[in-house]
Amino acid sequence: MRYLPLTPDDRAAMLNTIGAGSVDDFYHDVPESARLTGPIHDLPDHQGELAVERHLSRLAAKNTTASEVPFFVGAGAYKHHVPASVDMIIQRSEFLTTYTPYQPEIAQGTLQTLFEFQTQVAAMTAMDVANASMYDGSTACAEAAVMACRVTRRKKVVLSGGLHPHYAAATRLLCEAQGIEVVELEPAIDGELELANHIDDATACVIGQSPNVFGTVTDLSPVADAAHEKKALLVSVFTEAVSLGLVTPPGEMGADIAVGEGQSIGNPLTFGGPYVGLFACTQKLVRQMPGRLCGETVDADGKRGFVLTLSTREQHIRRDKATSNICTNSGLCALAFTAHMTLLGGKGLEQLAVLNHEAACDLADALSTVPGVEILTPRFFNEFAFRTPVDAEAVLAMLEERGVLGGVRASRLLPHDGLGDVIIAAATECTTQDDIDAYVATLKEVI
Amino acid sequence: MGMQSIGRPTTPFASEASNVETISGSKGLMQREDLIFEIGSPEKTGVDLPAPKGTRNRLGGVTRKQSSGLPGLSEPEAVRHYMRLSQKNYAIDLGLFPLGSCTMKHNPRLNEKAARMPGFADIHPLQPQRTVQGALELIDELATWLKTLTGMPAVAMSPKAGAHGELCGMLAIRQALIARGEAETRKRVLVPASAHGTNPATAIQCGFIVDEIKANERGRVDMDDLRSKLETTDDIAGIMLTNPNTCGLFETDIKEIADLIHDAGGYFYCDGANFNAIVGRVRPGDLGVDAMHINLHKTFSTPHGGGGPGSGPTVLSDALAPYAPVPFVVKDDDGFRLVEESEGDASEAFGRMVAFHGQMGMFVRALTYMLSHGADGLKQVAEDAVLNANYIQARLKSVMTPAFDGYCMHEALFSDAFTADGIETIDIAKAMLDEGYHPMTMYFPLVVHGAMLIEPTETESKQELDRFCESLTRIAERAAAGDETLKAAPYLAPMKRLDETQAARKPVLKWTAPEPEAVAAE
Repeated sequence: MRYLPLTPDDRAAMLNTIGAGSVDDFYHDVPESARLTGPIHDLPDHQGELAVERHLSRLAAKNTTASEVPFFVGAGAYKHHVPASVDMIIQRSEFLTTYTPYQPEIAQGTLQTLFEFQTQVAAMTAMDVANASMYDGSTACAEAAVMACRVTRRKKVVLSGGLHPHYAAATRLLCEAQGIEVVELEPAIDGELELANHIDDATACVIGQSPNVFGTVTDLSPVADAAHEKKALLVSVFTEAVSLGLVTPPGEMGADIAVGEGQSIGNPLTFGGPYVGLFACTQKLVRQMPGRLCGETVDADGKRGFVLTLSTREQHIRRDKATSNICTNSGLCALAFTAHMTLLGGKGLEQLAVLNHEAACDLADALSTVPGVEILTPRFFNEFAFRTPVDAEAVLAMLEERGVLGGVRASRLLPHDGLGDVIIAAATECTTQDDIDAYVATLKEVI
Repeated sequence: MGMQSIGRPTTPFASEASNVETISGSKGLMQREDLIFEIGSPEKTGVDLPAPKGTRNRLGGVTRKQSSGLPGLSEPEAVRHYMRLSQKNYAIDLGLFPLGSCTMKHNPRLNEKAARMPGFADIHPLQPQRTVQGALELIDELATWLKTLTGMPAVAMSPKAGAHGELCGMLAIRQALIARGEAETRKRVLVPASAHGTNPATAIQCGFIVDEIKANERGRVDMDDLRSKLETTDDIAGIMLTNPNTCGLFETDIKEIADLIHDAGGYFYCDGANFNAIVGRVRPGDLGVDAMHINLHKTFSTPHGGGGPGSGPTVLSDALAPYAPVPFVVKDDDGFRLVEESEGDASEAFGRMVAFHGQMGMFVRALTYMLSHGADGLKQVAEDAVLNANYIQARLKSVMTPAFDGYCMHEALFSDAFTADGIETIDIAKAMLDEGYHPMTMYFPLVVHGAMLIEPTETESKQELDRFCESLTRIAERAAAGDETLKAAPYLAPMKRLDETQAARKPVLKWTAPEPEAVAAE
């Protein structure tokens, strides 16, 4: 039990100091019928580092990694290269093993990086302010919907048919629990502008996504105008943060709240989490924002420093009147994001975005040469939907047997919508010409 | 001020030397570190990317008009920036972090190594399930541990943090009430005054109404108040109770509370944030609990990372199990399979809380920790956590004021009654910074005046606890004597006390470029 420092002698001495007969005395408040006295059956006893490592390695080896095959899976999480120094930085003990920075005098490292993160996210999204991160993009989207209802004092939200279905599900769940009406538009590859037709005087917000789950990029400015005319808000969603280097950002389109997934920058795929939710809004909404905020101030000597601020919105002060129940953020993932962004810089992000777009263009052109394949997404960044002449599930399974992970079948995300022959495929800077050639050749074999 | 035989040498007064100013901002090895916006430039980068071909564009004109203007740094500059910043942080790897109700314990690096195995870190949540059988098996194995240790039949793995796990449990209760046709009438959730602040916030998020129950003079639920709340029972949705509670005490009447709530037609939500005090000694399922989240980052040691990520799987009783959210893992003849839609196996599921399947990276860390400790070690975890807390309480009770009589569980709670007029809890906390310790939790729980909640956890040695008690004894004696120098502590931290009022009054939440002097002068 290498993690437990007390020796039997220590324990005896401590019990003596306390004046307790045995450790059992401390459990005297537990109802007798609920006390476990013997060993726990069905679970193994402690093991050494070597044995544990072997066990985990055995499980890990059963998975096919994104790096070992031609890999085109996206739809909300993306395979990107993370510089080695990013992981080194987040493994630094003083970042990795510290708590929420409630004691600012000895937490300036975390606080300053959060302040830098907020500034970066605000600049990338072209919004006024950003918070210090959320759990992930989908929960950020749900929180944006309920925040919009709080701000507008209305109880209806409208979701685009291009919104990632998991984001829609998380949003629907939180809204319905709070008695908010949710209107979901039919899945549509190029449907974002449709939102403008569903705004009435009861609408708190419309939620659009660009690039959307089918990869389509859309200028949401007309939707913003239509929303603002009815005093409703536009919530703009993205799942691919790298797109912000090239595609019109939410702030330039008139969004009131911008939320998205930041995994693409600095964070590995890790089978879906932990990720980092990005949340930004206009200045006038800042006090209604959920989650943590870091602000600049001075110390007793007048030196610039940073603290968590506006905590009166939070659960630990307002309890039942808090803007949300969120108590934690994705601090370490936000650090990975901000460290990677610092290495990239604005120019680097733009270049990375262009490389992603070019890879996707190459992929789309190459797939177009396969008989029966039709690219469905009219304008895209690094991801698009295409139709196969046969069932997408079967196609992807056959590709997988031949060592190509060709994308996500749309019906996995949208089972009831007649999308059985649609595949969503993504390319990034990690995609090589050899990968694309392998995809096309294999696809020709199987259809 | 002489050196003590035990304990760290301290300097309660700022020395002349500590006021020396340098151009670089250097104080020994500690240097001022400016913001990246002040030291970087938009032209710089720390990554070498291939040159784009520059000929492809299928964006349909939806392109960014204005550059973000964000600065970059070369790799050595970036590494140095973050290393210098890291040195301004206190962390559990540097010393004791006695935060009550937060549980900061040793973070083994084996957990980090395992989480970084490409077979876990480099797999996509939507790749074919046949290619992620090891990941699904790991989730299933972790679920088995959680179910066995809690004595509960089901667990929802997807909640992203403790408070998210609370949301999961309360949404399951809401769904059960919907299934009974009573969702519109049963809206009242009882929450003790000593509950975590997230508990009432969560109940409200789920559309419930919060009704607060008093704490009694022993720091437990006031049973008379509880019974009076149950005079009308047809509107009761349930109770949210933290156990061991935030006073560091086990709720003695917990089984009776469970029975009363169930008799009233409600469900019992237990906040499991403090599970490390009872793991291996008590199974919440034996107490009548219907739902309980488990903070993997607390009980099973995944690093807190300066505020997250967390992970909050939620165990559910037979009554609530059918409503568990998607996705979840099932095993059949072909291997492991994810149920991702609310149909078939999951026809009663209350929905989906998040994209994808939960905090896989945290799952790997938690399982690694469980396997390292084993069932025998986890039982020892609970016992040592409780022993350490009682040791601190015993050693400090002559100089500080314990909030309640008797033994505590995994955390010791003191009030500020021992301090002289004018000396507050925050002054004691800030003086602890000079002693090289992170302060305990202050002013919480709210039921105790000037509360100080100390949780050492099981990974502290007796020597470390002795040193900590010596430091705290000295500070407590100064506080009792009305030592005014405490009011300006810390003296030795990287920064002096920060002005939180100014930060809140005029929030500055991002860096903005200073105006050029010529413009500013106009």
